[in-house]
Amino acid sequence: MSETLKHIRYVLTENPVTLFAFSLFGFILFCALFGPYLAPYDPLATNGAATLQPPSGAHWFGTDALGRDIFSRVLVATRLDLGIAFFSVVLTFAIGALAGIAAGFFGGWVDRVVGRLADTIMAFPLFVLAMGIVAALGNTVGNIVLATAIINTPLYARVARAEANIRRNAGFVEAARLSGNGEARILLMQILPNILPILMVQCSLTMGYAILNAAGLSFIGLGIAPPTPEWGILVAEGAAYMISGEWWVALFPGLALMTAVFCFNLLGDGLRDIVDPRRRT
Amino acid sequence: MLRLIGKRLVGALPSVIGVLIVTFLLTRALPGDPAAFFAGPAATPQAIEEVRRALGLDKTLPEQFVVYLKDLARGDLGNSIATGQPVLTEIRTRLPASLELTLYGLLVSVLIAVPLGVLAATRPGSWIDHLCRVMTTAGVSLPAFFTGLLLVYVLYYRLGWAPAPLGRLDIFYSAPPHVTGLYTIDALLAGDGATFRAACAQLLLPVTALAIFTLAPLARMTRAAMLEVLGSDFIRTARASGLPKGKIVYAYAFRNAMLPVVTTLGMVFSFLLGANVLVEKVFSWPGIGTFAIEALISSDYAPIQGFVLTMALLYVALNLAIDILYIVIDPRVGFES
Repeated sequence: MSETLKHIRYVLTENPVTLFAFSLFGFILFCALFGPYLAPYDPLATNGAATLQPPSGAHWFGTDALGRDIFSRVLVATRLDLGIAFFSVVLTFAIGALAGIAAGFFGGWVDRVVGRLADTIMAFPLFVLAMGIVAALGNTVGNIVLATAIINTPLYARVARAEANIRRNAGFVEAARLSGNGEARILLMQILPNILPILMVQCSLTMGYAILNAAGLSFIGLGIAPPTPEWGILVAEGAAYMISGEWWVALFPGLALMTAVFCFNLLGDGLRDIVDPRRRT
Repeated sequence: MLRLIGKRLVGALPSVIGVLIVTFLLTRALPGDPAAFFAGPAATPQAIEEVRRALGLDKTLPEQFVVYLKDLARGDLGNSIATGQPVLTEIRTRLPASLELTLYGLLVSVLIAVPLGVLAATRPGSWIDHLCRVMTTAGVSLPAFFTGLLLVYVLYYRLGWAPAPLGRLDIFYSAPPHVTGLYTIDALLAGDGATFRAACAQLLLPVTALAIFTLAPLARMTRAAMLEVLGSDFIRTARASGLPKGKIVYAYAFRNAMLPVVTTLGMVFSFLLGANVLVEKVFSWPGIGTFAIEALISSDYAPIQGFVLTMALLYVALNLAIDILYIVIDPRVGFES
């Protein structure tokens, strides 16, 4: 265990970018947890006397057309955006990892069914499929989470399948089998823990993609209803003002969105360094 | 080779069938009772029953699927409630606008990403390598709709270099005579230089936004593939035999490195078609993405289904084209199968 810790410390100090990504992640997590308590203004409170104010000491990110404080709105939105991405990744993980491991471990018809389902999802441009799912199932936050989870599942299933397939006849699996473990037990107790680190890397990368996807859906008016602060909606609200020069309305939520996605992408690369066995020597 | 291409065509059939089943299920998964929805809020139970029978919703799911396929075969995608037009007509008139955007986006992205990746791989550790790394990490993090808005602010509002982000042509120009539906090509065919320039000016910003978004995976893949090929045995042999560097890099390494890059094109298209929808909204582009968004907002279901189906079939066709391109580039594919 202390070996692992030492290795984590080595990776963090060796690569400043990874350290930066982890600090950024901490900061974003902090905003998501405490944002609503730290926001200087009520994110929904309108102020007719201060509409479309540029950034100033009182309003760090300026105000929008209804005089709402953009800094507060961007800050409060962190929890919702991260929440949508988090739950969709959890769902993807649950479906994709299990289906993929089962396909790789058992092979045969399980493999064929899972492969065919994944191929069918991949036959669609993913964002378009997400639009179709949300349109068909109804315009709710829950369905945004579901749609985002569905379109990410094949990638997961593929990684899990490949990793489980390599290990299906590994020594430790044979040993478990000889000592009388059932197949399902081997799958959950032996295979899953062994490929978990690799799946976690995928989680981080998918997280960034999930945030982008959810924000894209709400940008075109799906999912979350307008007064609620959410990065995609905030950018959409500011879009009209870009042509007339009020850049701050769309810029700051867009930057927040970009930073979060950037952070998860960097984090994924960093996590890969930690779990990649080749780095351990 | 023709037989091989035929084989790929047959291989695409399961994808098409999968797409048809999924879009069918999406139509039938409408929230609530579709019959009640189409009969209107004031309908009596009897009227709803009649609508149900008229729509064929009283049949079993497989029977409904057969009816759905028959309608599709006749090109009947239903009517848009908002415009009253058949969905097929709407999509047919709007598709060229979307295609023009997508294809130029891809073209620009490939023209920048491939040389960038090659240069980064042949000069590891140089400034161009670092530039490549920064662009690939930043590019995937930038949502296309946000880049689009930034470009509008800087290049239209601040500098005035680009025209207003309002559609395919400035209002002072009229659309060129319809041949392909792509304004740039139609204008050239008609020999109308002014319209061509105007169409290009409108394309500039949305195409840049799309290219930035799709550049990252292509450049990353080109760099990785080039590095791997440059480190392989046959390149070492070529170097040892004293072949000129240019010939090694561009004639031998590049052609082999293109194979994984062509494979990534499939994923890039998936990104591109999705980002297209968002970029169309930002630039009021009259393509099928804008059409679908308008339909989504007014809960007009037939256009959305038509849109999803069109995009999916387009994507399957593009993947097929990539497969065929692969056969053309790599003669080994034929021998393996």
